[in-house]
Amino acid sequence: MSYFKNISNATLTTLKGLGLSLKYFFDARKKRKKEWVADSNYFERAEGTFTVQYPHEKIPVPDHGRYQLHNEIDDCIVCDKCAKICPVDCIDIEPVRATGVYGQTSDGTSLRIHAAKFDIDMSKCFYCGLCTVVCPTECLTMTDEYDFSTTNILDHNFSFSKMTEKEIAEKKSELESFQKQKEQKSNVSSKPVAGVKKPVIVKPSIGKPKTGKPVLGAKKEAPVKPVLKPRPIPKKK
Amino acid sequence: MLSFLFYLAFLLAFVVVAVYAERKIAAFIQNRLGPMEVGPKGLLQTIADLLKMLQKEDIRASAVDLVPFLVAPVIIFVSIFAGYSVLPLTSTVSGAGLSSGLFLLLSIVSLDVFGILMAGWASQNKYSLFGAMRAVAQIISYEIPLGLSVLSVVMITGTLDLQETSVMQAGNGLVTWNMVQHPVLFVPFIVFFIAGLAESNRTPFDLPESESELIGGYHTEYSGFRWGIFMLSEYGIMLLLSILGVVLFFGGWNSPLPNIGSIALYELTSGEGWDVFWLLSKSMLFIFVQMWVRWTFPRLRVDQLMSLSWKYLTPASLVMLFICGIWKLWIIS
Repeated sequence: MSYFKNISNATLTTLKGLGLSLKYFFDARKKRKKEWVADSNYFERAEGTFTVQYPHEKIPVPDHGRYQLHNEIDDCIVCDKCAKICPVDCIDIEPVRATGVYGQTSDGTSLRIHAAKFDIDMSKCFYCGLCTVVCPTECLTMTDEYDFSTTNILDHNFSFSKMTEKEIAEKKSELESFQKQKEQKSNVSSKPVAGVKKPVIVKPSIGKPKTGKPVLGAKKEAPVKPVLKPRPIPKKK
Repeated sequence: MLSFLFYLAFLLAFVVVAVYAERKIAAFIQNRLGPMEVGPKGLLQTIADLLKMLQKEDIRASAVDLVPFLVAPVIIFVSIFAGYSVLPLTSTVSGAGLSSGLFLLLSIVSLDVFGILMAGWASQNKYSLFGAMRAVAQIISYEIPLGLSVLSVVMITGTLDLQETSVMQAGNGLVTWNMVQHPVLFVPFIVFFIAGLAESNRTPFDLPESESELIGGYHTEYSGFRWGIFMLSEYGIMLLLSILGVVLFFGGWNSPLPNIGSIALYELTSGEGWDVFWLLSKSMLFIFVQMWVRWTFPRLRVDQLMSLSWKYLTPASLVMLFICGIWKLWIIS
């Protein structure tokens, strides 16, 4: 008879359900350890509470995960590659050419350009990591920092340049006077340079810019960006 | 009088602890931690919630039928708390000395249906009215198996006085409890427990306030302290039915420890303080079971609810009433 079958069914399933939840209740004495994802028994830990009480405890993440970008500005040669590869244009660089080699990065590359401005707007960034891949000196990395939410969106614009306004002005005037000297030395080439500015700079094939080429680095972006974005209009105009 | 004063204070303290316990038990069953931030291990969470609730505005929608709307929570709480008047507390402190105490308890507690219906109807809100209708249908349906299962006990003990029922189970620890002395009471106890869950509108019988369908059921329109009274009443009836179950089936204020040979464990663990301790700790065990059940089972459908009451619990308690009658007539006498 289905009537008594129902009763026995209900009793059995009730007991089974209660047993199951009681097991979970007692398992809650244990707590899942915050384990590294590469640990061999990572997926076998199914018992105990799962909650991560976030600000008080964190799950370990890789040192170079896809989180906040960091630029080690002392190692940056201001090659502008990161800004060019960035699909969302979140890196804003203003280079000022030095009058010569003024230092060396930790891997021995010569520094020839000052970074007057190296801003990364993390509110635009979508964490693809392309910029860290193209960086020739590996100064641009993604860190393990992921908790950088702010109440003001402008705080998401991280500025890595260490130069003060005064220094920038100094370097700019240095460069100007250096160029004037150069013009005086060879009057011939001065005018064409000004006129042919853009075509000359189409270069950026070279990772480590040779002395002469990034002279007009400040205006590099103009010719280059249209190349990345397949929109013909800005290019023509 | 003494028991009344004790139970009023105890109920208020109990609600604070029980809400915390409920949340912790729910969390543990679901692999979570529950409240952790307010105080050590979240112990003060309920206090914080209580303070927040008391500060809330007492909102009255312009369409509500004001007088019943305001009176309803009071009626619910009063009718439930009146049930405590006949509960015994210790071997010397009994409740109201009524010879028909149990009958009074069951009838006065079922008056909370009026309060629920008033709350739902006066809210002028279809969800509230749905909730109230469901609550009334449910409570009236489950009153029958509840009454019949209690009647089985009454038939065996032969008294409606709860203090007398407790005294009858005194003597030798759990050996003299009704449940052990009269094993036929097992099925009535199960029926009593299930019907009790339904009476107190607890999951899996929380159709009257099912959040997912009816927002909050009959207390949708309430806020602040008036809503708090509904909450208090829910926990009040949980505790009331747990204590009643303990008194009827599990020895009331009697110690569960029997005398073993010359070691008089029962006498050692009896006395005023012990009595209160045993009564309340046994009740807390049932409160735990109620919470455990709540976080295990999903809510029933209305038709399932009705068929459980009318097709299964009522016939079962009728049959058990008959069997208990036979037990009383031929086995124990």
